[in-house]
Amino acid sequence: MYSKKLARLAFGLLAESKFKCPLTRSASSRVNAVRSVCSWTVCLHHRQKNQLSEGFSRRLTCRNVRTVSQTTLDPNEVRKFQAMASKWWDLQGEFAALHSMNDLRVPFIRDNLLNVHGIQELGKPLAGLRILDVGCGGGVLSEPLGRLGADVLGIDPVEDSVRTAELHSSYDPDLRERVRYQACTLEELAEEEVEGFHAVVASEVVEHLADLDAFASCCQQVLKPGGSLFITTINKTNLSYVFGILAAEQLLRIVPSGTHDWEKFISPEDLERLVESFGFYVEAIRGMMYNPLTGAWSWQQSTAINYALHAIKCKEEFQPGQVWAESKNLDEPGQTTNYS
Amino acid sequence: MFTFAKAKLAVLGTGRRCVARRAFRGFASSERDEESSTSDNQLFDIIISGGGMVGTAMACSLGLDPNLAGKKILLLEAGHKKEMDRVPETYSTRVSSISPGSATLLSGLGAWDHIANMRCKPYNKMQVWDACSDALITFDKDNLQEEMAYIVENDVIVAALTKQLQTLTDHVKVQYRTKVVKYIWPRPYHVSESIPWVQVTLANGKTLHTKLLIGADGPNSMVRREAGIPTVKWNYDQSAVVAVLHLSEPTENNVAWQRFLPTGPIAMLPLSDTESSLVWSTSHQHAEELLQLDEESFVDAINSAFWSNENHSELVETAGSLFRTALSVLMPDSGSARQLPPSVAGIGPKSRVMFPLGMGHATEYIRHRVAIIGDAAHRVHPLAGQGANLGFGDVAYLTKVLSQAAFNGKDLGAMQHLLEFETERQRHNLPMMAAIDLMKRLYSTNAAPMVLLRTFGLQATNALPPLKATLMKWLHSFTKRFQPEGP
Repeated sequence: MYSKKLARLAFGLLAESKFKCPLTRSASSRVNAVRSVCSWTVCLHHRQKNQLSEGFSRRLTCRNVRTVSQTTLDPNEVRKFQAMASKWWDLQGEFAALHSMNDLRVPFIRDNLLNVHGIQELGKPLAGLRILDVGCGGGVLSEPLGRLGADVLGIDPVEDSVRTAELHSSYDPDLRERVRYQACTLEELAEEEVEGFHAVVASEVVEHLADLDAFASCCQQVLKPGGSLFITTINKTNLSYVFGILAAEQLLRIVPSGTHDWEKFISPEDLERLVESFGFYVEAIRGMMYNPLTGAWSWQQSTAINYALHAIKCKEEFQPGQVWAESKNLDEPGQTTNYS
Repeated sequence: MFTFAKAKLAVLGTGRRCVARRAFRGFASSERDEESSTSDNQLFDIIISGGGMVGTAMACSLGLDPNLAGKKILLLEAGHKKEMDRVPETYSTRVSSISPGSATLLSGLGAWDHIANMRCKPYNKMQVWDACSDALITFDKDNLQEEMAYIVENDVIVAALTKQLQTLTDHVKVQYRTKVVKYIWPRPYHVSESIPWVQVTLANGKTLHTKLLIGADGPNSMVRREAGIPTVKWNYDQSAVVAVLHLSEPTENNVAWQRFLPTGPIAMLPLSDTESSLVWSTSHQHAEELLQLDEESFVDAINSAFWSNENHSELVETAGSLFRTALSVLMPDSGSARQLPPSVAGIGPKSRVMFPLGMGHATEYIRHRVAIIGDAAHRVHPLAGQGANLGFGDVAYLTKVLSQAAFNGKDLGAMQHLLEFETERQRHNLPMMAAIDLMKRLYSTNAAPMVLLRTFGLQATNALPPLKATLMKWLHSFTKRFQPEGP
């Protein structure tokens, strides 16, 4: 295993197919190219968007993905994505890094929710909590949360991924009851489910979005007051360019070229400012690191490359642009000042 | 010769681990049974196949774990339920030496109280000596105050654990008199239309499904065989004769005795003030002869095996006593006086049995959705009394691993945490098994060079307290206490 990884590092610039692990060799090299560490379904979106005409909205709605697939989308592309959809649950395959990221994400979400809500039931620590998994893909993160007792709704615009997720969880009666999937976008959902969730999880999603304001606003809409928002994404630094783009995309080919756009990365400070402007307060930010040799993630002090963020929706009524002013009299509630 | 054996074990164990780490562990043939659909009330989270000491302890341990509350666990046992309202008058011949670590595990399960109420014998000292020389080594905690280990009948252990299981019936079910006829393994990849669980077909025709199968079905494990897990094994040319001995006179029977004869070790383990258990490992032929002897001749054979010096040669005696003198100059307090075990007057009625001995080690303890523990994974010579303790160590660690996996929302049959269990236990078990095998081979000969080597070795180890203390600590580290993490 180590020798394979080292060989790839050394000869990273040569043709990929020669050094691929035989277990994950796919039929065609075009299919090879679509491998991703992040929520590739959203990246797929990104690429589809680039292929379509300017008539479509620049926001990440693409609610016409189904009609698009019937009219303008290349049937070869559809077939390719269908083949990829079934690779979600190959634990040693293209999505291995996403599966191993669960070792960090699930305890992070679980422990922070336990801090807020306390343990509900022995054996099912998250029982009674409703969680929304945005960009769930094949359900890699939704299933562990469901096993911990939460009621999970996973949404993803790509129908094939949603179908794969549904099929995979259908065999287990525990999951069947607790984890549901829907092929739609966050905007569509936000209209129906106002203040419906105790937590929203957007893991490896925001680095692919064009309109973060809309995203944050929808999150704020669907969360109950005091609800939690969990985001994992990539920082915008020189180091993340070297490791996240150069090493991951060009040298090691962990992620296909063009998946990530460094301009779209967001630093924790900017993300914090953004969510705070929509009525959240950031409770924790932690750095994460992927070790390509062992295939394992670990927490680290520095947020220079990957990081995870936990924010809580403020309980009081909050308008964007509002600032709470200190009250001179402690008995009086603070005066609000509107800056419009 | 034994270095080769050790190396072979190590290479097979670790080599396979390295190669298989990232590759999935597929099965040789994986059948898809499309006829039987998964009916919800027959899907279990964990099925344990085999209800011996280790299997029942595993069921208890999983049932008591807080992170596994709500999981459906099933124990399948081919025999009948072993209940013991009162202990029978006569002792049973199959006993085990339970180390303090195993006793801690059993008391954590709540079974140790039942065992203490039924019958168990602590012993404080162990004397191990050679038949071919005067070399001996004694193990004891200072001044015989603390208990070194306990001799407990196997039936008592199983009965105590069964009693504990009855308090967990809400989520641990047990099916007795249930034999498994077939296992069908799942594909490691998720293929649509195939059942992703392990299918267990019983003799009565029912099929059960489980997310994780734990094989605790003994040295001839069907789970291990059906899963196609390669096993390194060989038969020793030895059988063990076990019997219950009546001592000539009551004594404060708190010492375990073991003498290495050229044909094999003979051990006397205390059961009470008047009775002890015999485990005599010897060649097949001699074992059969011993079974044929009448009671008096058998008793004479036992006493002479422990007491006679016919195997001493002059060379070895002289060399041995010179070495001992040298050691006593260097370390004046060292050396222990050789004591002789109590003499035997008779044996328990109808209590002579023999069974063949062998060594076995499964090169892998796990597959996708399968884990094997206890004798199914490792089978050792009884000379060190560690077989049961290694099994209890497996129980403790596997429970810890599964508990943590459940708290992280993982699929219980996933390879990642099962690999962690396998690595950790192989790291513990392989050195112990290699050492036991080495001891057995070292003491199987009376050729002078080997005798001199082991004489000096034994005397030196006895004389140097740091060496002996390290050996004791190493022996007892094999069943460490494990605390599962949780909320």
